[in-house]
Amino acid sequence: MSESEGAIAPKFDVIVVGAGPAGVAAATVCARAGLETIVFERGRKPGVKNVMGGVLYTRPTAEVFGEFWKDAPLERCVIEQNAWILTEDSAIKLGYRSRQFAEDIPNSFTVLRVRIDEYFAQQAEAAGALIINETKVDEVLQEDGRAAGVRTGRPEGEVYAPIVIIAEGVNCELTKALDMQSDLRLEDAASTVKEIIRLDREVIEDRFSLGPEEGATIEMYGASTQGMLGTAFLYTNQESISLGVGVLLADAVKDHTTPFDMLKQLKQHPVVAPLIAGGESGEYMSHLIPEGGYNRLPALFGHGVMVVGDAAQLVNGLHREGSNHAILSGKMAAETAIEAHEKGDFSAKTLHKYRQRLEKEAPTMNDLRKYRRATGFMERHPWMLSLYPQLAADSIADMMTVDPETKRTKQWNIVKDVIRRGWIPRMVWDAIDGGRSLI
Amino acid sequence: MLRMVVCVKQVPDTTEVRIDPETNTLIREGVPSILNPFDAHATEAAVQLKEKYGGHITALSMGPPQAAEALKKCITFGVDQAVLLSDRAFAGSDTLATSCAVTAGLRKIAQEDGLDLVLCGKQAIDGDTAQVGPGIASRLGFPQITYAIGIDKIELDQRTIKVHRRLERGIETVQAPLPALVTCVEEMNELRYASLPNMIRAARYKPEVWTAADLDVDEESLGLHGSPTVVARIFAPPEREPGEMIPGGADDPAGAAASLLDKLLEHLAAGAGE
Ligand SMILES: Cc1cc2nc3c(=O)[nH]c(=O)nc-3n(C[C@H](O)[C@H](O)[C@H](O)COP(=O)(O)OP(=O)(O)OC[C@H]3O[C@@H](n4cnc5c(N)ncnc54)[C@H](O)[C@@H]3O)c2cc1C
Repeated sequence: MSESEGAIAPKFDVIVVGAGPAGVAAATVCARAGLETIVFERGRKPGVKNVMGGVLYTRPTAEVFGEFWKDAPLERCVIEQNAWILTEDSAIKLGYRSRQFAEDIPNSFTVLRVRIDEYFAQQAEAAGALIINETKVDEVLQEDGRAAGVRTGRPEGEVYAPIVIIAEGVNCELTKALDMQSDLRLEDAASTVKEIIRLDREVIEDRFSLGPEEGATIEMYGASTQGMLGTAFLYTNQESISLGVGVLLADAVKDHTTPFDMLKQLKQHPVVAPLIAGGESGEYMSHLIPEGGYNRLPALFGHGVMVVGDAAQLVNGLHREGSNHAILSGKMAAETAIEAHEKGDFSAKTLHKYRQRLEKEAPTMNDLRKYRRATGFMERHPWMLSLYPQLAADSIADMMTVDPETKRTKQWNIVKDVIRRGWIPRMVWDAIDGGRSLI
Repeated sequence: MLRMVVCVKQVPDTTEVRIDPETNTLIREGVPSILNPFDAHATEAAVQLKEKYGGHITALSMGPPQAAEALKKCITFGVDQAVLLSDRAFAGSDTLATSCAVTAGLRKIAQEDGLDLVLCGKQAIDGDTAQVGPGIASRLGFPQITYAIGIDKIELDQRTIKVHRRLERGIETVQAPLPALVTCVEEMNELRYASLPNMIRAARYKPEVWTAADLDVDEESLGLHGSPTVVARIFAPPEREPGEMIPGGADDPAGAAASLLDKLLEHLAAGAGE
């Protein structure tokens, strides 16, 4: 390891690009093993450029950051999870609440990224990694067809290392330049916006029936995204609510809607509005989520290089899980980097172990494989988010309305309505394809 | 060789500070801390002098342990060494007590390594007093050159410094013997984008910490004991009254202009009558 004396560029054992959860997890594991590790982050500090709902899952996070929940800046422990199907003006609600989620090892927490990312970065620094903020990596340097270092935008900005871990998030400029992936297709990314709405702690706990540290999440489907493919979410923080909408880029482009418009509408939805009433709008952020799934994974490794987290499209769009994939992939890339340093071989021959690890050991990867057909599912069944919510809501409303008609007549009316509208073939195809995609 | 010390302070980023309308106190919670912008220019000035004349730069700050971040920022500029004066005994210092503590730190540096030039920012953006720089100079018995916008030259053998100062009605060029103290305004220079080696050095750097016990100073002059200043009241300036809008500019520009003219004439007439 040389200090930069004159023209000699600094050398490290591992360079990590990006200080999101993926990069910081990788750096922490590398540094703990004694590797000289440097992380570049273009933001003022880790987290400021990041947008996440967000729910942080405890177990995968603990694999790198131990019992973080004892001292990390978390918002609320999620004890209630809801799925709502929205129509224009009503909602079908399904939820599960249990204190068990908070016991022993709590299942998940709501978090605000700026705060939690700073905490993770502190863990990496404590392990010995250097985090260099406000520094963008412009290029991965290559020597003899292998990654050998990076060039940053700063004067005397080159640094060398036999391994570069790319954790640049969804924008994937570096992996594209390395020909490890092509441009994100419009069908493979969701455009999201999120707003943080400030509310008093007591108001939140009252509206959602929560105890002091308890949190609730709501995922919304259907009219929340105007029948376009996407979802909306509402998560409770200590003194704010994270409210966001995500929609497939392809749909947003086709229907000339921006997620901003959709968020505005969602805030006025009669079921959502009372939950955020009186809140003060805080930060507003927008971001892409890669949703290509297993079939669209880029090259995950090459000579001297590995790709982790969102940069590798490791996101389960269906369950809004990303940070867990990010942390686990960062960890496994780091373990592979450690192995490569032990062997002194940084070629793809050693680094392909990273993909092997992911396939074998990461439950998240298993999920991605399982849902590989699900990604295209909504494209094949574009009516899913408009047809069923309306049908279900109408039927429920009908059944619950007390009027002279018997329940039997009501049921029969619903069935007749479905037949009359010619929905039967669609529904059969939905069921068969849906079953194959999800089970 | 030119021995320089830059005195710096970590301040809340006042662009993000709000005032609690009920208690009239600053809401500092969640506000990021930064290197006082004027001090950044003083630091850059020192680095440019070093590039021109050779020398050694120490950044010196008094503050809580977190103030080490501001000193690390100085390292990214190319400062050689950084010292943090940090001790419970310094807590609650006003500008007088701060001047005493920083002066003691400077004396220690002067004794150990020598001292030719002290650079400070014009003032700190959280208090806007502009008292600490002059306070240090008078205690050290150094000539003080405030509101500097440029350092013309330093004659190392004659031991003089020539500095341009920003005055209300122009620029004054003064010469002083070294050692001297200069306080800088933003015009002094443009901040550069730090080099990667300096960023790496800063990320690794741990400033030296000196406590009151390390300094040759009367404890009575430090911290709350040594701070006679009393803040009588803090208040937000009253909101300015909104200007008057003259409507119709888009549809009827001539009419709008005419009514503007009327109003101005009315105003002039009222003024003349007073
Ligand atoms: C609205 C929204 C809600 C979400 N909700 C959840 C949730 O509830 N739960 C969950 O688990 N996941 C959620 N996700 C997904 C999750 O945020 C991501 O999967 C996760 O952040 C990926 O981590 P990462 O480290 O790969 O990338 P990122 O967090 O995007 O970090 C990449 C970092 O690299 C930096 N960078 C990029 N390029 C460069 C460069 N050239 N040089 C230097 N630095 C660079 C960026 O500034 C950034 O800090 C959500 C995402 C969005 C957008």
